[in-house]
Amino acid sequence: MSCNPSFGGIGKGVLVREVDAMDGLCGRMADLGGVQFRILNRSKGPAVHGPRAQVDRVLYKRNMQQTLSNYPGLALKSGTVADILLERPQGTDKQRLKQLASQDSALAQASATIVGVRLGSGEIIRTRKVVITTGTFLGGEIHIGLKAFPSGRKGEAPSIGLSKSLKDAGFRLGRMKTGTPPRLDGQTIDYSRMPRQLGDMPVTPFSFIHDSVPNADSQIFCYQTRTTSTTHDIVRSNFDKSIHIRETVRGPRYCPSLESKIKRFSERESHLVWLEPEGLPEHTNLVYQNGLSNTMPEDIQLEFLRTIPGLEGVDMVQPGYGVEYDHVDPRELKRNLETKRVNGLFMAGQINGTTGYEEAAAQGILAGANAGLAAVHSKRPDAMNADPPQLILDRSDGYLGVLIDDLITRGVEEPYRVFTARSEYRLSSRADNADLRLTRRAAALGLVKDPARLARLDVVEADIAHAQALLDKVVLSPHAWEARLGNDTQVCRDGVARSALDMVRMGFLREDVWLGARDAENVETASRLRPQRAVKSRVADLVPGWSDVPLGIQRRVITEAMYHGYLRQQHA
Amino acid sequence: MNISCRARKVATQRTLLRRSLFSYTPRLTAAARSVHYNLLGSTNHGLHRLLRRQFTSGSGISVSETLKEVVTRHNDTIFALSTHPGKAALAIIRISGPQTGRALQLMLPDPTSADSTLDTGMCIWFPGPRSFTGEDMAELHIHGGSAVIASILQALGSIPGLRMAEAGEFSRRAFDNDKMDLTTLEGVADLINAETEAQRKLAVRQAGGELCEMYEHWRVQMVSLMANIEAYIDFSEEENIDDDVLDNVRRIAGSLKEEIANHLNDGRRGEILRSGVSLAIVGPPNSGKSTLLNRLAQRQVAIVSPVAGTTRDIIETTLDIGGYPLVVRDTAGLRHADGDAIEAEGIRRALESAREADMRICLLDATQVLDQRQQPTLDDVLGADEWQALLNLPHTFIVLNKADQLNIGAVDSARSRASAWARAHTGGDAVLISCASMFGWDELMRSVAGHIRMSWEQGQGGESLRMPLTKARHRQHLRECLDRLEMFERAGEEWVLAAEELRAASSALGRITGRVGIEDVLDALFSQFCIGK
Repeated sequence: MSCNPSFGGIGKGVLVREVDAMDGLCGRMADLGGVQFRILNRSKGPAVHGPRAQVDRVLYKRNMQQTLSNYPGLALKSGTVADILLERPQGTDKQRLKQLASQDSALAQASATIVGVRLGSGEIIRTRKVVITTGTFLGGEIHIGLKAFPSGRKGEAPSIGLSKSLKDAGFRLGRMKTGTPPRLDGQTIDYSRMPRQLGDMPVTPFSFIHDSVPNADSQIFCYQTRTTSTTHDIVRSNFDKSIHIRETVRGPRYCPSLESKIKRFSERESHLVWLEPEGLPEHTNLVYQNGLSNTMPEDIQLEFLRTIPGLEGVDMVQPGYGVEYDHVDPRELKRNLETKRVNGLFMAGQINGTTGYEEAAAQGILAGANAGLAAVHSKRPDAMNADPPQLILDRSDGYLGVLIDDLITRGVEEPYRVFTARSEYRLSSRADNADLRLTRRAAALGLVKDPARLARLDVVEADIAHAQALLDKVVLSPHAWEARLGNDTQVCRDGVARSALDMVRMGFLREDVWLGARDAENVETASRLRPQRAVKSRVADLVPGWSDVPLGIQRRVITEAMYHGYLRQQHA
Repeated sequence: MNISCRARKVATQRTLLRRSLFSYTPRLTAAARSVHYNLLGSTNHGLHRLLRRQFTSGSGISVSETLKEVVTRHNDTIFALSTHPGKAALAIIRISGPQTGRALQLMLPDPTSADSTLDTGMCIWFPGPRSFTGEDMAELHIHGGSAVIASILQALGSIPGLRMAEAGEFSRRAFDNDKMDLTTLEGVADLINAETEAQRKLAVRQAGGELCEMYEHWRVQMVSLMANIEAYIDFSEEENIDDDVLDNVRRIAGSLKEEIANHLNDGRRGEILRSGVSLAIVGPPNSGKSTLLNRLAQRQVAIVSPVAGTTRDIIETTLDIGGYPLVVRDTAGLRHADGDAIEAEGIRRALESAREADMRICLLDATQVLDQRQQPTLDDVLGADEWQALLNLPHTFIVLNKADQLNIGAVDSARSRASAWARAHTGGDAVLISCASMFGWDELMRSVAGHIRMSWEQGQGGESLRMPLTKARHRQHLRECLDRLEMFERAGEEWVLAAEELRAASSALGRITGRVGIEDVLDALFSQFCIGK
């Protein structure tokens, strides 16, 4: 976690669920290291619920390293990859290679096969499948104020040689920029006047195999404050002291630096700032400051920080900075995330022009799975006779499918982030049903090996079927429904007897299964949560046995029924 | 204005032409046979696969755009004869595509073989992207003989990478390259097919983009709507999205709904003007309906005889009256058809046809109506109610025929009596005519054309109205859009479902104007809201 100390969010949280459904690690690790859990967008309908967690960096790193080093069949080796080793088909002349290299990304054809990588140490690792995940390190450059120097992330070397090898192989590279905000010393912050933000109780874990999380009862607070007009004045009068702000390289529009916020929305007098502790107090005092990503010189950063209410005496531990890095035009990729130009070479994450841990993790699991599937397949005696099985997802399968389809067909103009707006299948690609959508498919390819996960899914499916059957069993006439539901409910009086499931589908019977117990003081609850419609929970009174159905299953059944009519249209 | 604009554009292109490649009257020669170059070659197959895969990817949003890019970048160069085939002074062959310049160079005279000249003509060079198709284009103005045309088409076809265009392919490319939207293209097609002045006027407005502008205005509103609601869904928890976003959404949706409803509620003006006003001639037997139709058509369309009830079925013909297209229907005379099943069916159809028509001429025999003594009240012919129902329909004219049989001295008083009678029955004037002597003919033409103008082309005050709907296709999609906007309003606080309705509404609108892509929405979203932690 090199930027924000959090996982998930709207859209992103669904991706984490999708990764977890295929037995990827990030959801489980975030559960283990998470110190504050919330479901975003609770008031807007379960289709766009976004699970999110603040994660302790120390715990996340420790757990991840432990899990990886004990992962069956996985050998870890650290080093810098300086070059990729390619094998050209025999007898290809130079002319042809030149012609192939000149093909645009969308039409690129294979001109080589990967046979291994060379490390910075000179060591060569021979392999037929390689997945490149360079993050922001590929040709990385850090910008602070007017200073620019090659670097991957603060204090770490960039990856320079690889950029050149990729270019030589014909890959079209582009340049992206992003930024990270200053880190503050939490002990020098005065939180007393700031609205607090609390975690959910009970916690909804990311992973389908977790019922709760270790820190459910010791969740930390986040705080909210705002920039002032003085802050803006200081930034504005120092625009000339930042080189990062030039617009030649595209930065993400959804995550603008403070400079561009002030530039583009000059009429706004204040911007929101979230203060997010980087972990439990026993691990760190560092506070991540969400909303103030900037590339001003250090002294100016400190100056404007201290104009923000609550930060008057703050100490800055590390300044914010901008990063510029190379990425490969994702139209160079096939649907399995293998490159078109080089057989056996896969790419995932920022190198494909995306942003965010979740987008990276999701591509990572798909690229890794496909590289692995192809490698396993190539060892079979009849390998030549058939294509290897691959994990291919399309837009209707979930956000990962949308992500990959967007990348490989449209390319990127800014670091790509998932939004629920991007999916035409928003109502069916939900956080709550990622397991139903993906786990069995992944298991069929050998990706999910954990018997506990599969057993759990069996139980979930059985429970859902049972709950639906309970709803289906209660069948009443319109008159009887009106009598049961109360005077204010008008059911269509067409004489057709309908089940409780139908009543939920048609919207006559609604149950607020989504509102968890939350602190009334919660910023989000206080300012955003509108009073829900006054339909009381009546399902339990009307449907015998309903109250014995686990809450999680109730939610899933009600949600599916709510969207039933639309889902049918969507898949028609 | 528009014409001069285009003329200027062409003029610039001609200047470019003179300055650059070609002599103004090049001799066109057969394409050199020794051309070696491999266009597309092996990538063709890859392209095909790529297209197919994208089609089946199920990606609703991205396909068309990517496809467009791929197609325009790697398409063939096409050519076709743009004028009517057959002998004429001139013929024009159009060429469009990346190889156009190359093709022209190959068609220029080869100094070593002067005998290869096919024709001498003029060539206009339209460099892309500012051409009709957006690609490099050329027009060869040649002599319009079949052999000349054939030889040049054959020469062009022999150049690798060039092929004959398929029907509509030039327009298709203009659309693909965003030179024209669907409504504008439809306008161009209508312009080519326009047969009357009113159709031409309408088509010019549409081809000039007037309809497109209005739809574009709606599209922009739709994009803004979606941007607001998507911003609310995707960002309102973490970011600074004000709560008035939702009020904005409701307000814009309301006004969009109203505008579309108003547009739909135009009495089908555009469709009527475009496809012709249907006019039914109804009246009692032997009032001269078929004669009127024949007079209007200036030929014998219907059989006429002095025998009442000659016309039994509906006879239809298309006319141009005062520049307006009309589809005129002659119908069986209305009377009690005692016992004659065929005539009874004819009468039933006549009534139905009269009801369905946009306009009705109720043709009566002046001698009967105006002869006080005879008093053949209409009630005799049909039930009084049925007549009144017919006369009450809007756009119904009373025309009295057989003025020539009236007393010459009585014409003026007959005319005023006719009008008085008509006012009493329909609230409108009556026209007195004679199909035999053509008496009152100009007045009839004037009043029919005037009525059409007033009813469907202009407002009551003579002002020109907003561009009307011209196609049933548009009406259908707009109605769907409107329905979805209503569902959107009904979805209330279920914002995700409301957003779903908006998406459907936008896709319905997009079927007229071209899709509202998610990138449009995101662009609007990020320019409007300061998103970002």
